[in-house]
Order: sequence, then structure tokens, then C-alpha cells
Amino acid sequence: MADLETFRQETRDWIETNCPPPMREKVESPDEIEWGGRAAQGRTDDRKLWLDRMGEKGWTCPTWPSEYGGGGLSKEEAKVLQEELRAAHARPALTSFGISMLGPALLEYASEEQKKHFLPQIVKGEIWWCQGYSEPGSGSDLASLQTRAEDKGDHFLVNGQKIWTSYADKSDWIFCLVRTNTEVPKHDGISFLLFDMASPGVTVSPIQLISGSSPFCQTFFENVKVPKDQLIGQLNGGWTIAKRLLQHERSMIGGMGLGLGGGSSRGTPEIAKEYRGERNGQIADPVVRADVAQLQMDARCFTTTLRRTAEEAKAGMPPGPASSIFKLYGTEMNKRRHETLVSIMGSQALGWEGEGFTAEELGETRDWLRSFGNSIEGGTSEVQLNIIAKRVLGLPD
Amino acid sequence: MALVLTEEQDLLKQTAREFVQEKSPVAELRRLRDSVDATGFDGGLWKEMAELGWASVIYPEEFGGMDLGTMELGQIFEECGRTLVAQPLLSTVVLAGGCVLAGGNETQKKDVLTAVAGGERLLALALQEGPHYDPLAVTLQAEEAGGGYRLTGSKTFVLDGHVAEQLVVVARTSGSAGDRDGLTLFLVDAGASGVSVTRTLTVDGRNSANIDFAGVEVERSAVIGEVDAGADVLEPALDRATALLAAEMLGTASEAFDRALEYLKTREQFGVVIGSFQGLKHRAADMFVELELSKSIVLEALTAIDAGAPDASALVSCAKARCNDTLFQVGNEAVQMFGGIGVTDEEEIGFFMKRARVLQFTLGNSSFHRDRFAALEGF
Repeated sequence: MADLETFRQETRDWIETNCPPPMREKVESPDEIEWGGRAAQGRTDDRKLWLDRMGEKGWTCPTWPSEYGGGGLSKEEAKVLQEELRAAHARPALTSFGISMLGPALLEYASEEQKKHFLPQIVKGEIWWCQGYSEPGSGSDLASLQTRAEDKGDHFLVNGQKIWTSYADKSDWIFCLVRTNTEVPKHDGISFLLFDMASPGVTVSPIQLISGSSPFCQTFFENVKVPKDQLIGQLNGGWTIAKRLLQHERSMIGGMGLGLGGGSSRGTPEIAKEYRGERNGQIADPVVRADVAQLQMDARCFTTTLRRTAEEAKAGMPPGPASSIFKLYGTEMNKRRHETLVSIMGSQALGWEGEGFTAEELGETRDWLRSFGNSIEGGTSEVQLNIIAKRVLGLPD
Repeated sequence: MALVLTEEQDLLKQTAREFVQEKSPVAELRRLRDSVDATGFDGGLWKEMAELGWASVIYPEEFGGMDLGTMELGQIFEECGRTLVAQPLLSTVVLAGGCVLAGGNETQKKDVLTAVAGGERLLALALQEGPHYDPLAVTLQAEEAGGGYRLTGSKTFVLDGHVAEQLVVVARTSGSAGDRDGLTLFLVDAGASGVSVTRTLTVDGRNSANIDFAGVEVERSAVIGEVDAGADVLEPALDRATALLAAEMLGTASEAFDRALEYLKTREQFGVVIGSFQGLKHRAADMFVELELSKSIVLEALTAIDAGAPDASALVSCAKARCNDTLFQVGNEAVQMFGGIGVTDEEEIGFFMKRARVLQFTLGNSSFHRDRFAALEGF
């Protein structure tokens, strides 16, 4: 414990010295989030400085092994780091699907050579990764995907189309599910490829959502050549990796439900008091008050369940169906919270843009609309229910 | 905060499970109900439980207790919930005994807790006065008379009040209904002059009582804690009891779910097991998620009670409301999934649904606990 306290002090000092003051201010808009990538490489601003310093320490991926550029920290040390970063109000140095989705899958399934090549790039934020999973005809039935990768001897030739590729228009590389065998059951003919979005034959077109703009894109591949050493895991063994990566993605999306104040930094109770009135320190409208109480209690039950799962894992208990539960409950709760917030704000939550609405109100409107996608992306709520019924409860097809 | 059981706690839970499955299966509740047993529970079995230490898990060693935590007792409650054990564990040990433990003087504690720990005395908490739980709404009057007090008023839904030898009576010594100040707790012999007990049979096959107090004279030494400050004693005792009741409800809901799931896997219609239908699968998966959330919050509430956490009361309300809602859903869905056989008295699943409703209304329904949670959280 003494070591941990020393680590805490050293970490605190390091953050104090190295985190530029502007990087300790609240993130006000999505534009201020640092995703790294090739486009960031020429920059010299505070954001880049903070990314470089954190990347150098490996602290963007604190628990990854240091041989792959990670921080090499124990879980306890990583927790201390997280606490100290929070205490210093430090912004995340890097947000990336490489950290939250691809990296964990590479650590588990990639060859030593691939790990040494790709993981340090993720840690330093040198490559902005996107995910090529869904296709127009393969949504919930992801394994039916049709994008082909033909073996051409020294390379794969990729043809097909992906959809819902977040940030494809800004990304440098893609991790992509492709069909490498059409003669076998659908799950057994899928492979997991990595390739450069700058490759000839890749085109991207953005998709506009009901919430206005969005990071989603359609991505088209026409005779894209992919070197064979960019195949991860076994040929036709991609579904195993895909499923594991989805677990990481679902946990991440489910956790987003805990943005407790919705689009606002204020809590739901506080917002309810302002819009629906306050009597003796309580939300004046008893029906609204009950709804808000239910949401707050549900959130408490949910965070406690997240913590219990972490404690069980630490105690060496076999992993439960956690990611499906988190995805399902977290996103449904998030939708419910936004519906509640919109009903609390009334017509002030119905503004699209411009005058007459506060930034908080406009933000809430867009967040509410965006939340509809939460229970669809990364596997619909119905798919999660299927997974729980089949894998956990053992109910037959 | 420990949300995973220690090896010892897990062992205790397994032992409790084996014991109740063998000695007190649901069939035992049916037997007690159908025979309209004079006491409504098996006194011999209660003695056995006391010998195992179940009647004194949370009591200090000096009163014959095991000096363990609410977490440990919670494991026993959960297992008792699985087989709908009809025993005075909540009423005697946790509710009335809990008030003595929280606020009694040394004499009271030694007398009462030692007797309870030995399985030699049954108690009940006379609190509720109307059809809804609301601890501060007490109006039963306690007037100063002679050297002591005179109690006048009526109590209802006194759990195990029909067999209790001593009652912890929550009375009003000042203020009016709804005031936190002005409550006083009294330890009253059930046989005292002016006490009349009417046994009430409830839908779950269990028992409670309506109790009238017609000018019952008690000594000043019968006061538990301070006069007018009864809430200071009552609230922690109720918090602990409510957390434990939530643990029992988790057990009841888990068992009802397990039985429904088993039925989905075995009952065939249209040539396939009905559990292959998506319309039922999703409902089963939904229930499973609710049970997982319930389990987490029950463990956290039990831990918070033992740790004396500042937000323990809010967590207890959170746990009780969640278990109310989960048990309601699981109990009702289970009956529906069993179909026609589910609404017969022969099939045991109906016992779970009926017990569910009683448990929901005991120590506060969900709207009570939502309101309490909101107030504690400052909105």
C-alpha cells in the first residue's frame, strides 16, 4: 500500500507538471474531443501536447503491457491514475476505438509481430481506427455479411459495402469483417482484416441521423488490395474475434447510459426543480418526482451491478453475461432518461437551433434524438435479449 | 464495499439453503395453511434454527449472539425466501428484537435478546395503523399515568402478533401524525390487561394480527430508548429489517424465476418446448436482468448497513423498491408462463405470487420508498 501511495503522489506531481491548464477545463463540444490520427500529427497545440505526453507514458492504455507501449500498470495503479486524472479535472488525452475495442482484441488474438506493430500506434494515438461491421443487408444478422475478401496469393481483394461506420470519413485505418469462405455455414467463413482507409478503392459517404449531423458513414470497397499479414487470427476464424470485440463495444455503449444528467452537466433532479418548480426542497410535481426518483434508483442499481461484475472478475469468478446486460439496460435507461428530461423541459426541449433556447436545451434535444440509436447500434436490445435467453438461460432455438 | 460473498458467507448461505430445502420446503407452508395450525409456524423447527444461531446472528456475544453482520443474516433470509419459510425470524429477531438491540438499556437487552437468541421468546413490532406502511404516521396515544404510561389505540398488520409474547409498541407521546419527534417505543407483555389480539390470516398462508390497546398500563421502565425520540431507535431497526426483507424477496423472486425457467424448458406445445418462443424468451431475459440488478443492490444495502454508511438509508429504499418491482414482475410472469396449471392451488407457483404481494406491502411499497429515496437525496 505504501508503494501505491508513492505512486499516487508521483502521479499527482506528474499530472500537475504535464497536463496543460487548458486541458483541465470541461469539454464543451464534441469538436474538443481528441481522437488522434494522422491529421493530428502536424499539430502543436495543448491537446496534442497532452496526448503526446500521456502516450509517451503509455497512460492512454494504462494496463496494457509496456512492451506494446502501454502503461504496464496494475489494476490498482490504473485506478489511482484514473482517480488522480479526475481529481485534476484532466480531459481524456485520447478517445479511440483502438483503445476501447480493437486493442483488447489484438492483445488476445493478434500475432506477436502484429501486436508490436499496431498496439504502440494505438497507445500514441497515431492511427484513428474505425469499425467495419454492419452492412445494409446485415444488421442484427451480422454474420450474414457479404463483403468479400478473395485470396489473390500475396493479398486479399476486398469488395463490398459497410454501413454505420463511425468516423469513417476521418479515420486512417479500419478493422473489418469480411467473408473469406462462402461454402460453409455463415459464422465459419468470416475473417478479421485491418487495412488503410487511404487504400485505392475505398470511398466514404456520411449519413445524417434524426439528431442532425452524426459520425456515421457508409463505406464502399471496390477492389481494395489488403496485404495478407493484416489478417488477424485464423483465416475464417474472424467471428470469434468479432464477438469478443462486440462485448467490449457493448460494455462501452451501455456505460454511456451513465451520463446521468443527459446532455447537461447538471443532474436530472436539479433540472426538474428548475422546470417543474420546487416546493420545500422537493420537485413540486409528484409524478415527475416519482419518475426522476425511479431513474436515479435504476442508475444506482446499474452502477452497483457494474461494480459487482468487476469485483467478481477480480475474485476469479467466471465472467457472467455482463456485456449484454450492460448494453441492454444501459441504453434503455439512457433513452428513458432523455425522454424524461425532454418531458421535464417541455417545449424548450423541442428547439432545433438558433434563438429562444439555451445551449443546454438544444444539447438535450440532440442527445435525446441521438439516444434512439443507442438501443440499436452494437446489437439491438432485442438481439441482447436473444443472447441472454440463449447463452445464459439456456433456452433453445 | 464487498459485493462478492466471502468464503465464510458463501458457506453459511449453502448451509442455510440445504437446511431450509430439507426442513421447510414450500410443502410445509401448505401444510401449515391447510391445517390452520394454531401458531402458523413449526415451533420445533424454530428451536432448531435458534440452535444453529439464526435467531441471534446479529446479536452481541454477551447476549448469546453470534455477533455477525447483516450481510450474514441476509444470506439466511435469501434462502428462507426461496422456500417461503414461515418462521418468526423477521418479526422477532429483526423488527422487535432489532428495536431492543438499537435502543434498549442493558437490562432490556439482556432479558429480551438472550431469550430471543435461545429461541425461547417470540416478539412482534406493533407499528402500522392503517392499510399502508408509514412509520411516522403513528397516532396510538401514550399518556403519562401514575409512574408510567397508558396506551390507547389500535395496530394492524402486526407480523406474527398472534404468537408474540412481548410487543414493541410504537406510540405517540407528543406531536401529531407525521411528526418524526414525539414517538416513543414501549415493551409490552402481550398478556397485559387491555391488550386484545385478533389473529388475521393472510393470502400468503402466513399470520399477522390486529391488536387493540384499551388503556394498557405500562411502567416507565418499559420505554425503549428516550421518550419522544423513538424514531432514533426505530429508523435504524427498520432500515436493517427492510434490507433483510429485500434479501428475502430476492430469494423468493430467484426461486420463482428458476421454476418458471424450468417450466419453459420442459413444457411442450405445438411440438416444441415453449421456451423456444421469442415472445417468452425476451420476457425471461428481462426478468433475469431485473434479478441481476436486484442482487447487486441488495448486497450493497446489506454492506452499507454493516458499514454504517451515510447513504445506507437511501440504499435500503433503493433495494426495497427494486425488489418490490422485480418480485411483482417475476411472480406475475411466472404464473402466466405456467399457464392453466399456474392458477391452480395444486401448483406451488401461486404461493410465490401471493407471497410476493404481501412482501411488497410489508415495510413499504415502491411508491413509499421512491418518495423516501427522493427526500433523502434532496429532491
